[in-house]
Amino acid sequence: MSDLRSTFVGIKSPNPFWLASAPPTDKEYNVVRAFKAGWGGVVWKTLGEDGPPIVNVNGPRYGAIHGADRRLLGLNNIELITDRPLEVNLREIKKVKREWPDRAMIVSLMVPCNEEAWKAILARVEETDCDGIELNFGCPHGMSERGMGAAVGQVPEYIEMVARWCKQHSRMPVIVKLTPNITDIRYPARAALKGGADAVSLINTISSIVSVDLDNFAPMPTIDGKGSHGGYCGPAVKPIALNMVAEIARDKETHGLPISAIGGITTWRDAAEFIAMSAGTVQVCTAAMTYGFRIVEEMKSGLARWMDEKGYATIEDFRGRAVPNVTDWQYLNLNYVTKAHIDQDLCIKCGRCYAACEDTSHQAIMKEKDGKRHFEVIDAECVACNLCVEVCPVQDCITMVRMTEGTDPRTGRKIEPSYANWTTHPNNPMALKAAE
Amino acid sequence: MAAGKGPDISGKRLTRQDYAANFADLHPPLDDHGALVEADRCYFCHDAPCMTACPTSIDIPMFIREIQAGHPKSAARTIFDQNILGGMCARVCPTETLCEEACVREAAEGKPVKIGQLQRYATDIAMQDKIHPYVRAMASGKRVAVVGAGPAGLACAHRLAMHGHDVTIYEARKKSGGLNEYGIAAYKTVDNFAQKEVDFVQAIGGIAIEHGKALGKKLKLADLQKQYDAVFLGMGLQGVNALGAKDEGSDGVVDAVDYIAEIRQARDLSKLPVGRRVLVIGGGMTAIDAAVQSKLLGAEDVTILYRRGQEQMKASLFEQDLAQTRGVKIKHWVMPKKVLIKKGKAVGLRCEYTVEKKGRLEGTGETFDLPADMIFKAIGQTFVDAAGGALELSGGRMKVDAERRTSVRGIWAGGDCAAGGKDLTVAAVDDGRRAAESINAFLKA
Repeated sequence: MSDLRSTFVGIKSPNPFWLASAPPTDKEYNVVRAFKAGWGGVVWKTLGEDGPPIVNVNGPRYGAIHGADRRLLGLNNIELITDRPLEVNLREIKKVKREWPDRAMIVSLMVPCNEEAWKAILARVEETDCDGIELNFGCPHGMSERGMGAAVGQVPEYIEMVARWCKQHSRMPVIVKLTPNITDIRYPARAALKGGADAVSLINTISSIVSVDLDNFAPMPTIDGKGSHGGYCGPAVKPIALNMVAEIARDKETHGLPISAIGGITTWRDAAEFIAMSAGTVQVCTAAMTYGFRIVEEMKSGLARWMDEKGYATIEDFRGRAVPNVTDWQYLNLNYVTKAHIDQDLCIKCGRCYAACEDTSHQAIMKEKDGKRHFEVIDAECVACNLCVEVCPVQDCITMVRMTEGTDPRTGRKIEPSYANWTTHPNNPMALKAAE
Repeated sequence: MAAGKGPDISGKRLTRQDYAANFADLHPPLDDHGALVEADRCYFCHDAPCMTACPTSIDIPMFIREIQAGHPKSAARTIFDQNILGGMCARVCPTETLCEEACVREAAEGKPVKIGQLQRYATDIAMQDKIHPYVRAMASGKRVAVVGAGPAGLACAHRLAMHGHDVTIYEARKKSGGLNEYGIAAYKTVDNFAQKEVDFVQAIGGIAIEHGKALGKKLKLADLQKQYDAVFLGMGLQGVNALGAKDEGSDGVVDAVDYIAEIRQARDLSKLPVGRRVLVIGGGMTAIDAAVQSKLLGAEDVTILYRRGQEQMKASLFEQDLAQTRGVKIKHWVMPKKVLIKKGKAVGLRCEYTVEKKGRLEGTGETFDLPADMIFKAIGQTFVDAAGGALELSGGRMKVDAERRTSVRGIWAGGDCAAGGKDLTVAAVDDGRRAAESINAFLKA
């Protein structure tokens, strides 16, 4: 049986599944339930500086995008950092850590951007014996208006500065949580590294308005007729997170920087993908908020079973294996030719591939054969775009089959076994220059 | 049968609650949640097989998408455009052999989208509206006579009214609706739905219905031809096939069609007598409806006798299952020979086993007797030519072309009385609509 134990910047947890800093980790009651359910660790919901507690709205805090059967695909929130007194949180953190010493206990922090404020809170957090801190530079709503959260995360110099303060004034491992609401994730990641951070975690939520109430003409969730942008998360954001994690993992400067991945992780498979993209731990929130804490059982057993089947004894055995295969478009093999193939035994004849290809793509699927409803790819027209594969409701019914010899009936060109990319392609004016 | 007492035929076999429960809606309607969950299952197929399978070619993927997108009334409009009796069809269509059989999810997982239920959901919502969904075109000044206020006649009348023509429907019976009102098992169309639907159809305006007027008696086809600009015949089938068994005219041998009508019209089901032991002869929907409803009325033993095998039964597998789960026994490969009588009343049936030889059915010579208190004949209805031979027939029914024109100019026909029909409500509606479009083109030419 594979070993799911994880050591991340020195922080040990029985499995890589942590609950992200969010409502599920706001207090002892929830966190203890999470640990009982089997979560490997938690990032305690963000603490602010001592003083009058944070105030949240008293109307709705969440909005969502649903798929078929109201499956929740994307969640948006306008909740702020913890609205409970600092002292209560610290007391509970200390107690829970003492009672659950094998679980990772990370404390998320967000205080005004001055050294004294950080210094003050670091000292108090350190007393809880937590395993590390996560700097919330990501929250895109509310707190950012006050110069915190994403307002810091969007300025690499601030990230570097605060990370440095935290390393100076505490012995705890420092994880910098990055906001995706920037143009290039590598800059804040590099800043965190420069500031001495031990790791980054990403992504925080994406600025979003999930819907407009068409009766009141206001964004949802609506508070007394008005709405404010919130932070978007859940399965819908996973591709964005995966790309950003990959960008950091393959960047020359930040390559090797430990990453705790966040963003739409819903099943073991999502987790495995992020780990393959170099994440050391994964953080989950929306899936737990949608289905409850018990989902971690599927995540753990699913990951372990897959590792067993693949022969990976530990997470380190496959961690980062996908990173070398992330490349730039210009290096993709242009001699690689595939054609869509429809398995007639699996085909249920819904015709969605036909509609997609005929109306919106390359007219490469026929809908009739011998007077009968029949869907088949016309190789001479198929550019192998994969759209039919993606719109087909039956898994593995349409697959991409590589041509290894002969001639591509679409282009009339011979299939070349060699690798050739855009950088050397005759149509590339840059390539010509390089040749001169 | 208790010796000497004669056949046991009586009402009040059940408690009031049992009657109510037995004759409640077979498929309770979907609620909003159920409809949305089900609508989400539709794949919005290209050139959808369900749509092809629907005799009225309703754009099923579109109406389901409209439900999904929160506009059930738009969905209903999509349905009514093709089938103004979409409400009844949603209840009585054998969807398991039509749209739902063709649904790709049937191929994918053996569980088609509940198209019939979704259609009912949408049409129920739309029919609660006070405003009729269609507006009539400018008055054409043309008048059309429709014979029969059944599904074909109503569909035809509605489409004609929509095109601005004035329609008079002549209906032989007291109520409109045809088989929707007098046929069809009660549990498929509860709460007087057939009459509500007639009101809905008439709400467009320009449709008058005269009851108690059957073609061939006071009402002559020649007169209609003179008085109206066009005539549509949709009077259904009036005759019943004979069993060809000795003494089939005895007391206790009943036409299933009549009995089903009685059930539908009964104000108090407990007053409707039913035999303790019931035999139903036939293999179609009428046989099933008579058998199941006899059972629901409290009959103890109900057996359907069918002269061929299970695959040849016209009743769908779903209907056969329905009968069997209600405790009806279905006996295949048997045919009636002779009604057994005692004091002039039927007390049983002598049957003969059958066998098919080179496509022909014949008796094996081996017989057996089944005791019975009531015997239903459900072996099909026949066309009675009320037009007095004025129209060409084909296979015993009125010959029509693709536009449902008969052999006589100015006369159209549709529904069960027309040749080539499928004996389905939905097919009759399709006939009516097609004929109306043809009549409209004829009148505007």
